Amino acid sequence: MSDNNQTDAKGYWSATVRLTLSLLAVWFVVSFGAGILFRDFLDQFAIGGAPLGFWFAQQGSIYVFVALIFYYCWAMARLERKFGVKG
Amino acid sequence: MDWTLFFVVTTFALYIGIAIWARAGSTDDFYVAGHDVHPTVNGMATAADWMSAASFLSMAGLIAFLGYGGSVYLMGWTGGYVLLAVLLAPFLREFGKFTVPDFVGDRYYSDIARIIAVICALFVSFTYIAGQMKGVGVAFSGFLGVDFNIGIIIGMVIVFFYAVLGGMKGVTYTQVAQYCVLIFAYTVPAIFMSLIITGNPIPQLGFIGNAAGEDISMLQKLNGVVTDLGFQEYTQTDKSMFDVFAITGALMFGTAGLPHVIIRFFTVPSAKAARLSAGWALIFIAALYTTAPAVGAFARINFIDTVNEATYIQDGEDYEARAAEIEAAGGKPVPTWYKTWERTGLLEYEDKNGDGIMQYRGPNTPDGIANEVNPNNDIFVLANPQIAQLPAWVIGLVVAGGLAAALSTAAGLLMVISSAVSHDLCRRTFFKDMDDKTELRVARGAAAGAVVAAGLLGIFSAQLGFVAQVVAFAFGLASASLFPVIFLGIFWKRMNKEGAIVAMLFGLVSTFAYIVYFKFGGGTADQYLFGVSPEGIGFVFMWVSIGLGIVISSATDAPPQDIQDLVEDIRVPGTRQSHGIADAGMPPAEPSA
Repeated sequence: MSDNNQTDAKGYWSATVRLTLSLLAVWFVVSFGAGILFRDFLDQFAIGGAPLGFWFAQQGSIYVFVALIFYYCWAMARLERKFGVKG
Repeated sequence: MDWTLFFVVTTFALYIGIAIWARAGSTDDFYVAGHDVHPTVNGMATAADWMSAASFLSMAGLIAFLGYGGSVYLMGWTGGYVLLAVLLAPFLREFGKFTVPDFVGDRYYSDIARIIAVICALFVSFTYIAGQMKGVGVAFSGFLGVDFNIGIIIGMVIVFFYAVLGGMKGVTYTQVAQYCVLIFAYTVPAIFMSLIITGNPIPQLGFIGNAAGEDISMLQKLNGVVTDLGFQEYTQTDKSMFDVFAITGALMFGTAGLPHVIIRFFTVPSAKAARLSAGWALIFIAALYTTAPAVGAFARINFIDTVNEATYIQDGEDYEARAAEIEAAGGKPVPTWYKTWERTGLLEYEDKNGDGIMQYRGPNTPDGIANEVNPNNDIFVLANPQIAQLPAWVIGLVVAGGLAAALSTAAGLLMVISSAVSHDLCRRTFFKDMDDKTELRVARGAAAGAVVAAGLLGIFSAQLGFVAQVVAFAFGLASASLFPVIFLGIFWKRMNKEGAIVAMLFGLVSTFAYIVYFKFGGGTADQYLFGVSPEGIGFVFMWVSIGLGIVISSATDAPPQDIQDLVEDIRVPGTRQSHGIADAGMPPAEPSA
């Protein structure tokens, strides 16, 4: 752990890579996963009147993408404070 | 007609006004709008830059016909922004120069790498721009009765104004205006259609709701209607799962690697602003992209409802009288909107069984009757206002929206083309001691030349009719050649010149050859590599290209220390310093507060 006045570039970068990997995991699961690979399975459930897998492919994945990017902005700002990066 | 003219003239006057207001005074202004565009404003400009004539006019219609199969465009063209936000945009902004070839050439300390990147960028952008100019020509000839070629020339003159005068600065603010025009034009008819078909004013909710006044969901109803006519179920596809996977992947990674999208993120003040801007861009894009599948489904229902089994009325006949006669006999006359649009050639009816009735059927026709009606993808968005019986001004609005979508994308592409010539080739490769003033003049000249070239390409390609065929090129090449070297250049310090050159060349040549072979060389579907169609092959070759880059780099010398220091700097915002050979040709932008 570094104190707030000193930049810990190494710590910042490895935390960034970890965050990136977990976001990409979600990105993969909602699009390639829910919308394509597991669509047939999910289609037995419904959201409103739409089969769930189909809905993820045409609507749900897009909403999650938007949320992912804004979460990334927020989480990166937190990392920047934590590791003393100016941003 | 008058409303259309009104909206087109008003919006064009607005764009020219903005162009005069936002003149560029330096190369900084011209290439990156002075690096000081607000993230939200840039998000809006990026959305307009990104959403082309294809997104605005063709996508909903494509989804209407493909059903679930259309999902590849929805996920592919939005998911790419996640990749852009977390893998590329903030780091490229931190790098602090003007263009994608700037990054490739400096990061890989090689003018050969720079020139290959220029070739990729030019190829991708010219492919893309031909479609935009063609869209402009279609809009003019279809709605205003102007000759197709003259329509393209009018479009060229408008783009010329703000791209040549204002550069990226002019383009940015006109794109903001164009976004407002296009999103308004897209959502107004969608809301009315949703109300009519589902009773819900919000298309995204209507999409998952029940059909109006019925106890069955809209999508179930649609599935029933299309299967009854011998089409595939709307929520299914006949493409293989792996092909759908690969196409989605190619569109996502291709989106992230498209130069005209990437350069938009050079216009914001910082890495932080670049991240935020990607989020805003995707919100603005999602406004259209989540509406499109609803529009597609509604349009398919509407189309079948009003056209199938309707009695055709010939052009010479008195429409009113004939329609009354048909209705009195218990029949359904061909709708007026159909007759209006038939003239544009976007709808075709061939009375195969000679009964005067329009039978619309799928490949597995249930009653042995052959399909007689062939609608073009673009018809749905264009005719929606009339199908939903909206006032005439809405139609004018849709035309202005389509033109806004085409022109904003064309302008972004022109910036890539002109900067590739004036900045990457002239200033960075062949005339390294060119001063800023000369470069700005050359940049204006290059932009002017690019406008003319794009217009000619639009006129020329319309005669050849291969535009739709080559769109796969843009995404395939961007994902297989540009994405791997930019990504590895940031995330793997050890990546060197040799690896980058081999990776780019492999991506470029393999994708090009595959697409040419299957699109023009007579290749057939059973020869596909792993069953992947040309649209998706960029995704497969991208992984090969990444693998090759890693293997070749590992087998050759590590990049110089200056380069490794540069990579460390761009990873951590606010630490960017000048590093010897990496920045010898051009200093990075001063970090701004």
